[in-house]
Amino acid sequence: MKSPIKIIKRGDLSKKKTVMIQLIAVVLSLVFAGIVMLFFNLNPLEVFSTIVRGSIGTDIRIKQTIVRAIPLIIASLGILVAFKMKFWNIGGEGQIMMGALASSFVALNFGDLPKPLLLLLMAMAGAIAGGIWGLIPALFKAKMGTNETIFTLMMNYVAIKYVSYLQYGPWRDPEAKGFPRIPRFTDNGVLPKVAGVHIGWIFALLLVVAVFFFMNYTKKGYEIAVVGESLNTARYAGMHVPSIIITAMLISGGLCGFVGMIQASAVEKTLVYTISGNYGFTAIITAWLARLNAIATLFVCLAFAVLLQGADYIQLSMHVPSALAQVVQGVILFFVLGSDFFIRYRVRWAKDSSKTTGEGASV
Amino acid sequence: MIDFLTAAVVATMPLLFATLGEILTEKSGSLNLGVEGMMLMGAVFGFSTVYNTGNPFLALCAAFLAGAVGAFIFALITVTFQGNQVVTGLTLTIFGAGFSRFVGDHMIGSSVPRAAQDFFGKVKIPLLGDIPFVGQIFFRQDVFVYLGYIMVAVLSVYIYKTRPGLNMKAVGENTAAADASGIPVNLYKYLHIVAGGGLCGLGGAYLGIVSVPMWQEDVVTGRGWIAVALVILAGWNPIKALVGSFVFGALSILGLWQGSMGIHISQDIVNMFPYLATILIVIISTHKNRKEDRPPGNLSDPYFREER
Amino acid sequence: MTSTPAIRMERITKTFGTVTANDNINLTVWNGEIHALLGENGAGKSTLMNMLSGIYRPDSGFILIDGKQVNIASPKDAIKMGIGMIHQHFKLVDVMTAADNIIIGQKGKFLLSRKDAHQKIKEISERYGLEIDPAKKVYEMSVSEKQTLEIVKVLYRGARILIMDEPTAVLTPQEIQQLFRIIRNMKEQGCAVVIITHKLNEVMEISDRITVLRQGKSIDTIETKDVKVPTLIEMMVGRRVELKIKREEVAEKKALLNFSHVTVLDKEKHEMLNDVSFELKTSEILGIAGVAGSGQKELCEVICGLQQASGGNILFEGEDIVGKDPYEIYKLGIRMGFVPEDRLGMGLVASMDIVHNVVLKDYRMQKGVLLHRKSSIDKSKRIVESLEVLTPGITTPVRRLSGGNIQKVLLGREIDILPKVLITAYPVRGLDIGASFKIYDLLNDQKKNGVGIIFVGEDLDVLLDLCDRILILSGGKVTGLVNAQETTKEAIGYMMTVGLEEGFRAARTGGTA
Repeated sequence: MKSPIKIIKRGDLSKKKTVMIQLIAVVLSLVFAGIVMLFFNLNPLEVFSTIVRGSIGTDIRIKQTIVRAIPLIIASLGILVAFKMKFWNIGGEGQIMMGALASSFVALNFGDLPKPLLLLLMAMAGAIAGGIWGLIPALFKAKMGTNETIFTLMMNYVAIKYVSYLQYGPWRDPEAKGFPRIPRFTDNGVLPKVAGVHIGWIFALLLVVAVFFFMNYTKKGYEIAVVGESLNTARYAGMHVPSIIITAMLISGGLCGFVGMIQASAVEKTLVYTISGNYGFTAIITAWLARLNAIATLFVCLAFAVLLQGADYIQLSMHVPSALAQVVQGVILFFVLGSDFFIRYRVRWAKDSSKTTGEGASV
Repeated sequence: MIDFLTAAVVATMPLLFATLGEILTEKSGSLNLGVEGMMLMGAVFGFSTVYNTGNPFLALCAAFLAGAVGAFIFALITVTFQGNQVVTGLTLTIFGAGFSRFVGDHMIGSSVPRAAQDFFGKVKIPLLGDIPFVGQIFFRQDVFVYLGYIMVAVLSVYIYKTRPGLNMKAVGENTAAADASGIPVNLYKYLHIVAGGGLCGLGGAYLGIVSVPMWQEDVVTGRGWIAVALVILAGWNPIKALVGSFVFGALSILGLWQGSMGIHISQDIVNMFPYLATILIVIISTHKNRKEDRPPGNLSDPYFREER
Repeated sequence: MTSTPAIRMERITKTFGTVTANDNINLTVWNGEIHALLGENGAGKSTLMNMLSGIYRPDSGFILIDGKQVNIASPKDAIKMGIGMIHQHFKLVDVMTAADNIIIGQKGKFLLSRKDAHQKIKEISERYGLEIDPAKKVYEMSVSEKQTLEIVKVLYRGARILIMDEPTAVLTPQEIQQLFRIIRNMKEQGCAVVIITHKLNEVMEISDRITVLRQGKSIDTIETKDVKVPTLIEMMVGRRVELKIKREEVAEKKALLNFSHVTVLDKEKHEMLNDVSFELKTSEILGIAGVAGSGQKELCEVICGLQQASGGNILFEGEDIVGKDPYEIYKLGIRMGFVPEDRLGMGLVASMDIVHNVVLKDYRMQKGVLLHRKSSIDKSKRIVESLEVLTPGITTPVRRLSGGNIQKVLLGREIDILPKVLITAYPVRGLDIGASFKIYDLLNDQKKNGVGIIFVGEDLDVLLDLCDRILILSGGKVTGLVNAQETTKEAIGYMMTVGLEEGFRAARTGGTA
């Protein structure tokens, strides 16, 4: 217990310094991840440089990286809306899955519709299905106070099992010669490309702006923030908390559902039970790293897409498991979570040997 | 039926160890949602140890240690650095999943050495194993299962009958009161988080070594999360945790056994049951009124002595 | 008195960030002495004592216990040295029994045997004249039972030095007398007792010596018998103050809010308010007195629509507002201000700045989906200026402000909507004398403007001086409604405990909070 460290609560730290501390944490985390790699006989410099080369080394790779960034950005936006309310939506995976399922249903059954109409219907179906998947736990939370963490998580497995059931059962393509897969969409059900990358990137950018505006400049956004800070205060102010929870989760789930539509339409061009691709989980990390700010989310997600894409590349070129990316992501967030402490408190070496600690200064 | 229930006991163990681990963690006031991650770490290190050394005992130690290290990271961030417990736990899950894939990548499809498999073969307990039905199901199991029973007994005594157990409860219920009573609260939190993580690691190892003696990715498949829910269902009580784990163990193997039981639904649909049942638990346990059944009072609240 | 003092604190300094909470303080307490530590909120009393109990550690200076210099690094160390502190907010584990609360953190056999503990508890209780049931759960205890438990707990740990932080704040006058008997008993047993308080009459009654702190500095230590109250006030505040709360007399009063037979149940169907009837008039301050948890919170919240009555009517100028939520009440055009007990947890959003806390009441008047901040910014500036809120700016998060300034922001916002009814729960808790009087003045101004005010208070002296009438609650029932000028503290104190069975009801709602 006796340590020569002095911990002092800080006043409000400037934005610049806060960002600095976080950047230092990220750098340290990469150093730490490098040290871990050394244990596995990997040269961290080589790994990191290969990751960078593999993700932004050529035009094609850059495009692939952007394709990875798109679902991550939109899913992160969905997660941040829920997290801002301290509704721990870890059901992004399931919401993506259900969005993909619903849009696939539309694509597979109405594949002859004109392209714009079909895509619009698919997007709506995806967003609605994702929204409903998010709404279910939200309703229980709003009406009964049911813990949402495990609820949303379990909904992931239910969605995955269901899609897997469809893929191996009723929706299985009879022409695939025993291969368990669902038929491909018609061309009308595939999102077009703009500047070499599917149009999802434009949606992602628009949604970043929209979510930013929603959270900061609308009454609903303000209400979500108040509910997140204090339920009692929200009630005190006459806010209708259940409807706020429900709205926020519809948006959160809807955005994730839209991700499902994009992935099904533009990337897989069909439905597979692995379609959520861990984006629902990774989005938790990115949203948190972005401090639940929509604009910051864009940049964090781009950085993470580099990591993800690069990790796939090192698997091919260096035979290093791409799961390394997940490990590195975890390490980064660990460090950033830990660094919050240094944003709130100042740690100094005490001059004398008696440990002293301090409470916050009030004005 | 007996075969099915015997297999259910095997499926109980991963859930049981993880649930017991999380009970320890939560009783001392921390909500660690990284159970899934710690189980995966325990599974991969347990497997790789037994795969490389052939020594089952070392494997268990490695699994415990792996879970404990994961939990230590959680403790460091949440207790010392006061990071958000929910997000830290989630990160631990993501990290653990990545780590187990990363480390286990080259072992996919490899089997547990024969000698070690024999070590975890069924052993009949004299007398108890002769009890018809009950004995056949519960007392003709492998040593790991018996370790599980012992853990239930040990933890029950620890929590309800010992001085450190009482102190631990005080830390979880009211950290400030525990601190003022002279209990070293951070030490208690660290120890119980780490020990809890170790148990989760053992739970993972059971999956990786005994349930399926061959390495495959993502062996845990949500059992860590089910364990988190089971803690609530069990009302933080180790004996009830055993019952709950058994029910869910049975549910989780229903998909494999339904054919022999004359039920014919898609396995994917049957495999949904444990998850749906977990949701049901979470909903039902929203309505718990007895004070003693409620979560520890200061569960997941950070504590800094000077912050009042 | 022995020749070595029980406590000797020399040149103690403690800073928190930029604030010096204790500046070069000296304090000596003898065995067999009751020493009062007197000062306003924020004078540094609790900080000083928390350094004895191991919660804080001094930046400089040293501490001698029984003549030996010591280093108190944790509560554990303090216990070892025989120091026991009873905190203002009790530190007890609700779901545990009294006995378990006493033995936690104690050394002993690995396996628990509660029999020995019960025996020892009984011995201690008898020696000091304390009554306690070792098997009773804390959540079933009344406030004074909890306090007794805290005392037994520190005595069980062999404490010879007892520090009590504001021990009388939550007690009735009768319970205070009981506590004083216990304290005198401990004095006779040779204990050193330090009482932290700001209540002057109690200081005069119980203490042998007094040390006055002001703004972190020690002003003086004096023998109680040599001093008079006005001198103490001057020492505390630093200037001469008239410690008399004004009561504005307004002749014309009309009915405003009418409670008839209101009953409120909690989740477990216990009656938190039981058949409560009264009337609030315009230009009236109606005081609400009661032991903590007697239904004060429910009374306030049922008016605002935050809790729903299961029976009875609440008429606001003739309109029944039972069954309406806060928004519906607002929609009816009823302007109601509410300053809740938990300011940062209910009235304000702690992490948001003043502007966004003002927005909280403004935004629902705005049309459309967008949030407009302009008018709230102006309003924030106005509140900061007119109420003299000390803040770096209107974009400072409110949790960074001191208690008094937080309260000004909250009250300022609630007054700004020009309420007809203003409900205030413990509005001066934690404020210093200057800030408290500012609040009383504000309330009196509102009263002159015709506002009907409900004032939930704990300090009976304040209630008697400020309010027109006082409603007394006990266990959710009205046990008295009296004119403030025609009653006494003792009478109110008696009504506060009428019909309480061992105070169970009060305890059930968590009176410690």
